[in-house]
Amino acid sequence: MNAAIRVDLQLIADMVNPTTRALDVGCGDGALLAYLVNFKRVDARGMELSQAGVNACVANGLSVIQGDADADLRDYPDDAFDYVILSQTLQATREPREVLRQMLRVGKRAIVSFPNFAHWQVRLRLVFGGRMPETPSLPFKWYDTPNIHLCSIDDFRALCRDMGVRIERAIVLDRASKPINLPPLLANLLGEQAVFMLRRD
Amino acid sequence: MAVELDDLTEAERKALAQCRHAVLGIERPLRLDCGVDLGPYRVAYQTYGTLNPDKSNAVLICHALTLDQFVAEQHPVTGKEGWWESLVGPGKVIDPAHYFVICVNVLGGCMGTTGPLAREPASGAPWNLRFPVVTVGDMVRAQAALLDHLGIPDLFCVIGGSMGGMQVLEWAASYPARVFSAVPIACAARHSAQNIAFHEVGRQAIMADPEWKGGDYRLHQTAPARGLAVARMTAHITYLSEQALQRKFGRALQDRNALGFGFDADFQVESYLRYQGASFVDRFDANSYLYITRAMDYFDLAGAHGGVLANAFRGTPTRYCLMSFTSDWLFPTRESREIVHALNAAAANVSFVEVESDKGHDAFLLEEPEMFRTLAGFLKGAGTVRGLKDVS
Repeated sequence: MNAAIRVDLQLIADMVNPTTRALDVGCGDGALLAYLVNFKRVDARGMELSQAGVNACVANGLSVIQGDADADLRDYPDDAFDYVILSQTLQATREPREVLRQMLRVGKRAIVSFPNFAHWQVRLRLVFGGRMPETPSLPFKWYDTPNIHLCSIDDFRALCRDMGVRIERAIVLDRASKPINLPPLLANLLGEQAVFMLRRD
Repeated sequence: MAVELDDLTEAERKALAQCRHAVLGIERPLRLDCGVDLGPYRVAYQTYGTLNPDKSNAVLICHALTLDQFVAEQHPVTGKEGWWESLVGPGKVIDPAHYFVICVNVLGGCMGTTGPLAREPASGAPWNLRFPVVTVGDMVRAQAALLDHLGIPDLFCVIGGSMGGMQVLEWAASYPARVFSAVPIACAARHSAQNIAFHEVGRQAIMADPEWKGGDYRLHQTAPARGLAVARMTAHITYLSEQALQRKFGRALQDRNALGFGFDADFQVESYLRYQGASFVDRFDANSYLYITRAMDYFDLAGAHGGVLANAFRGTPTRYCLMSFTSDWLFPTRESREIVHALNAAAANVSFVEVESDKGHDAFLLEEPEMFRTLAGFLKGAGTVRGLKDVS
């Protein structure tokens, strides 16, 4: 049992109380799921787009189905989970607002992490380079990126306000995925990604 | 009260000599879905491994249409190896060193469990077509009665493919507290129109055989072998994929260099199907084939729960792992997905894996490493939650 997971996943894992129920949407290779199951005794389930990812997770004893955030969250009943987690995936969904709404219907809380499109490097590349930004957290060309709905940290806050969603916690991470404590304006400039914990108001 | 054990077919005699059986329904008959009370009735079953002191390691394997209780040993009638010997056995994914494995010949079957071959207790005459039509639900209730008889409170896992998968779903829906985990493979929550249609072709082939004699062929000391063989040939095509047939046979000719301009088996694929049909009649009973195909046709789990499949699983405590195969057109992936959607609607703990294979429906019986890995991982995860020791 390997306890080391990516720093941003660790941050999310720390937000989840032990022995709760959680759904990880876009669970990838199941690293976060396995951590939640093994170290926090969470009844954790996963949903993953790639069939290869699903098969690998299930072969590791995790409960995972093939599905995607846009289409398959609507199957679940209200309040089925304590947490619905969407890590680095919101920007790749077709309808991020609807996905958020579904997450907060299915789960009592939603935990969302995403790359900040207002990070200074992104701004520099677009403003002075005149090219679509490519950064460590956004490593794609414009023509093959799965990220079709990028947003900034402030954009996300605005959406939450608009949806009447309460932000319980917001953690902004620097390049090394370390949390940084800055006023919102600077956070939106210096944060490379952010993790939000939301609940219905 | 003893059930008549004489008048068995040769196959039944060999089967019962190599497995266990119990006579149930003596005091309380089995109320079948058709309304008939059946009892006493015999249940033939096989076990591998031992039940642990906690009685927590029982694994029930549910067999498909024409298979039987001989999962992991040489078959008493055909002499072939067990139908899931690649999966069940020492060092295999389902190791009898860890699990108490049970497999029951289904109600209506012809390998020792009561079916149309048996004699009606009241009159002593063979049931034949007067045997009541049984359902997948009836099969499962008979298995539950056997578990009661064996003193097994609940099952660590119920596993099965095809009709076996239907039984798994029925188990989970009917006895949620007795099913810790469930693995329905290559199946559906209801039999589709196309599948019913193929079964009907098979049944008509049997009934059109003059030797069938209204189902009373044993009284006339004959057997509708031609009809049953044709039924098997039709069904066998549905178990394979087009790619598998093409790869295996293509248009290759059988024992000849040129077309024969006649109706012998010119093509290898014809010869293969004829062989499949001919060898099937040695091990399977025609009336039993009618009854079991009917049971599959009648299976409709949503229909039995107000038309909403999710209702069959409301509040289910069971952990599920579904599997389907990409080239299976008899029970295509979308059928499994429908079950997954229903399980999600019930917020059930569910895993679903679609296995890439070009072997069609038959894939669930073959060496499919991805299926084995999935099952091993799922059982390990479930075993940890169940507190099973030594499960690797």
